[in-house]
Order: sequence, then C-alpha cells, then structure tokens
Amino acid sequence: MKNPHELLEKNVGLLTVLILVAISFGAMAQILPLMFDQQALEPVKGLRPYTALELEGRDIYIREGCVGCHSQMIRPFRSETERYGHYSVAGESVWERPFLWGSKRTGPDLARVGERYSDEWHRVHLINPRNVVPESNMPGYPWLSENKLDGKYIVKKMEVNRMLGMPYTDEDIAGAKAAVIGKTEMEALIAYLQQLGTHLK
Amino acid sequence: MSMFWTIWISVISLGTILGCYLLLRWCLSNKIGIDEGASMGHVFDGIEEINNQLPRWWTILFYITMVWGVAYLIFYPGLGGFKGVLGWTSSNQGVLSLEESKLALQRDIDDGNWNEYALQIKYASEKFDPIFEEYAKTPVELLAQNKEAVKIGQRLYIQNCAQCHGSNAKGAASGFPDLTDDDWLYGGSGDKIKETLILGRRGVMPGWFNSMGEDGVAEVVAYTLSLSGRDVEQGLKDKGKVRFAVCAACHGMDGKGNQILGAPNLTDNIWLYGGNTKSVTQTLNYGRNGVMPAFDETLGEDKVHVVAAYVYSLSHSK
Repeated sequence: MKNPHELLEKNVGLLTVLILVAISFGAMAQILPLMFDQQALEPVKGLRPYTALELEGRDIYIREGCVGCHSQMIRPFRSETERYGHYSVAGESVWERPFLWGSKRTGPDLARVGERYSDEWHRVHLINPRNVVPESNMPGYPWLSENKLDGKYIVKKMEVNRMLGMPYTDEDIAGAKAAVIGKTEMEALIAYLQQLGTHLK
Repeated sequence: MSMFWTIWISVISLGTILGCYLLLRWCLSNKIGIDEGASMGHVFDGIEEINNQLPRWWTILFYITMVWGVAYLIFYPGLGGFKGVLGWTSSNQGVLSLEESKLALQRDIDDGNWNEYALQIKYASEKFDPIFEEYAKTPVELLAQNKEAVKIGQRLYIQNCAQCHGSNAKGAASGFPDLTDDDWLYGGSGDKIKETLILGRRGVMPGWFNSMGEDGVAEVVAYTLSLSGRDVEQGLKDKGKVRFAVCAACHGMDGKGNQILGAPNLTDNIWLYGGNTKSVTQTLNYGRNGVMPAFDETLGEDKVHVVAAYVYSLSHSK
C-alpha cells in the first residue's frame, strides 16, 4: 500500500475505533482524575445526608422537571453571589446522584433557596405562583398538596444512596418509611427546598 | 491533586498536542510517489485531482493553536496540580465552610492574588461601600427623601423582598403584608423597619379550635368582624365579646393590636390573612405562622438601611 492513510479511509470500523480512542483522551484527562480528587470528594463541613422526606422531595423535584427551568449552581461572579449567596462549591455536591445543577435559568437559581422563604410562602407559591408573584410565568403544581406519599420505594432509594456513598445509618433507613408515609408531596418538596444550600455554614 | 494524577493529566494533554504536531508533520510530507502538483491519475466530470500540499494558511493556523495550547498550559492552571505561572484562579473553589471562604477571600484581596472573584468583590467594595456608608449616616426617615437612595433601595427591594411583598409592595394574599398603607404590625419608624429587616419576625397566632370549639370560634369571629364596623348577629357578637378576653392578651381590650408582639390591629379593616368570615374562622381555628426572614447576612446593615428608606418612603411620599 502506497498510502497507509488509505487503511483508515477505507475501513470505517477501524476509523470508528480510533476516533473513540482519540476522544477518550479528553475523558481520561478531564473526568477520570476528578473521580479520585480529594477536592471533589470531600464534603463541606456542615453536609448531612437527606432525610427520608427530603429525599422523596428531591425525586418530586426531578419528576416535575424543576431542573428544566431552575439551575442549582451559583457561579463565582459577584453579580450572582449578590443575588443568590455564596457561590456553589464542589464539597456540597459530593453525594448528589444525579446532580441537579441544571443549565437553564427560566426561573431563578435555587442552589441556596433553603430558609429564604417561609414554608407557607412555598406552599402558596407552588399551588399558584401568581398568588404571591403576579409577574411569574411558573406553572402551578396544585396536585402536590393532594398526592400522599406511600413510602413504597424509600428504603430502596436510601439503600442505593448508601451504596453510592451517602452515609445513612441503619436507624435512618429503618425509620424511613414511617417518616414519609401519609405526608403530602408538597411537604416533601418543601422539605427538600428548605435545606438547599444550607449546609455550607 | 496528587502527583500521580498531575503526571497523568500532563502526559495525556501534552502528549495529545505533540501527537497533533507529529500527525501534521506526517501529513505534510509527500510519501505517495507522485510529485507535488502532478495529477493523482483520476478525472471525474472533468475535474482532475492534483497532489497538492495542505494549504499553507491552514497549516499555520494549526501550528498557532498548538502554540496557544502549550502557552495556556504554562500560564493558566490546566495540568493537574500545576497552578500556572500567572497564579490565576477563578475563585476559592475548595473551601469547606463560610468562615474558611471568608478568610481565603480576604487573604487573596490583601495579598493581591489574581483571584477573579476576589478582584470583583474588591472592586465593588471600593466603589459602592463608601456610598452605603454615607447613606448609613442619614436617619431612615430623612434618607427616604433622597431620590437616589430610594432608587437604590427599590432595586434591592425588587431583588430581595418582592417575592413576598410584591413588586408594587402591596403585599399578597395570605400573610404577606402591604407595605404602602402605613399600617404596621411591628412599628413603622425607620428603626423598627430596620429591626424587622435585620432580625426577621415570627408572627405566631395560636389556634383556638380545641379550646373554644366550633361555636366559640364563631362567636369570636362575629365579634372580631364587628370591631371594624361590619354588621354581624348581635347575639353572637355579645358572646364573642366575653370570649375576646383571651384575645385581648395580644390584640388589646380594644382590639387595636400591639406592635411589640406584632399583634395586628383588628379595628382598621386591613386583613393580613383575609377579612371574610371564612378566612377569619380559619385563622381562629388553626392559627397562623407568619415568617419574615432575617436579612442581616443576605444584605448587611448598610444595605438594610437603604431598603428601609425605600419601604418608609412608600407610605410617606407626598
């Protein structure tokens, strides 16, 4: 063969394999080391695992697609920290699986929304945002206060999270079902929202 | 980052750049046995392929990207634990507590480190702090007449307060007070407004359903509504008046409220949780928990001062 490049040009399979090898260099340099980097693994001092109710609330947050309009990532710019509070740091997300940083801000960032409003404000706001913010274009979620949690999967969810590194104790998991059963989805979601960003103390 | 990963990243990153360079050199050399500029030996639709080198402008651009890449990795952090010769950083990303973050930020500002976030904070504090400090010297009531200060206060209000009190400050249904009507739960002087903003408030109304029962609550509701001049059933009102003694502990015998406790005036027909029979019954049955968050950490005292001036101006504009 006069031109060895011809080998690649005429074998799509080989070309595909070598392209994957080339791309993997990027992942090996950028992603792999972070999986072992102390800075990306060490929790901030105040971090604690989600309570059972908060964990249920987190799944409702995912189910209702909140992440589509709300980011949870305050970037280190003064224009952001003035509005939302201290920028997000790696140590706050070490147990997040999957993380909900988002990339779209139709609504405000929620990374530090915890304790900023009262529970009652969240309840009124989630049922119909325009009752408190007339200019809002966020949809209402009135069914959250009607749907009750049955706690069917909460033990499983916590066990999986423990397997992935969230330090739940056996008591946490044993009491999980009793802690969520009969609570409304609204209560769960508000519990989740009210702890967001409060662990960096 | 450990030495192992630093080497790992460096080898891959620099190796990739080197690989690109070698690939380019290889592609530039002519190994196919046909002279530069000669025909490759096939024609299609009247178009003949010539053995040409890669275009020079394109080749030079490729070299420039390599030089750029290597220079970037020398000046900026990119190779694992190597921080780059400029010492540039975007922020203190590894902090584990607010205290640690504050100290690290101050250290970067004091030492003049090239921390992008610290530079922004330093710039803003040099530019804006003197303005707020100047405003802080003027009492809230006087500052409320300073148009510029009020405008700044409004901006801060829109960002921090409008979610509950509304962008027009007229409040919202169900427990978020109107700030424009000069009717105050905790007092409307400049100092009181500031106190409310800095410390926050907890407006707790207990529920009476268990101790008064359905009839008892209905009587008190009737009496309460009569206080602001509403027509109610006389019998209920008289019974309610007797029961009102327990309410008077906070709202006063005359029902005019108590600003020390944040107990609303019941005689002025301004209702925090709604003034119809149903809402007032709900309030009496189950109580209410009003929460005004504290803004000492979010805004700081000097900014609270300016927000207070704006809020004060809302009910004191001529």
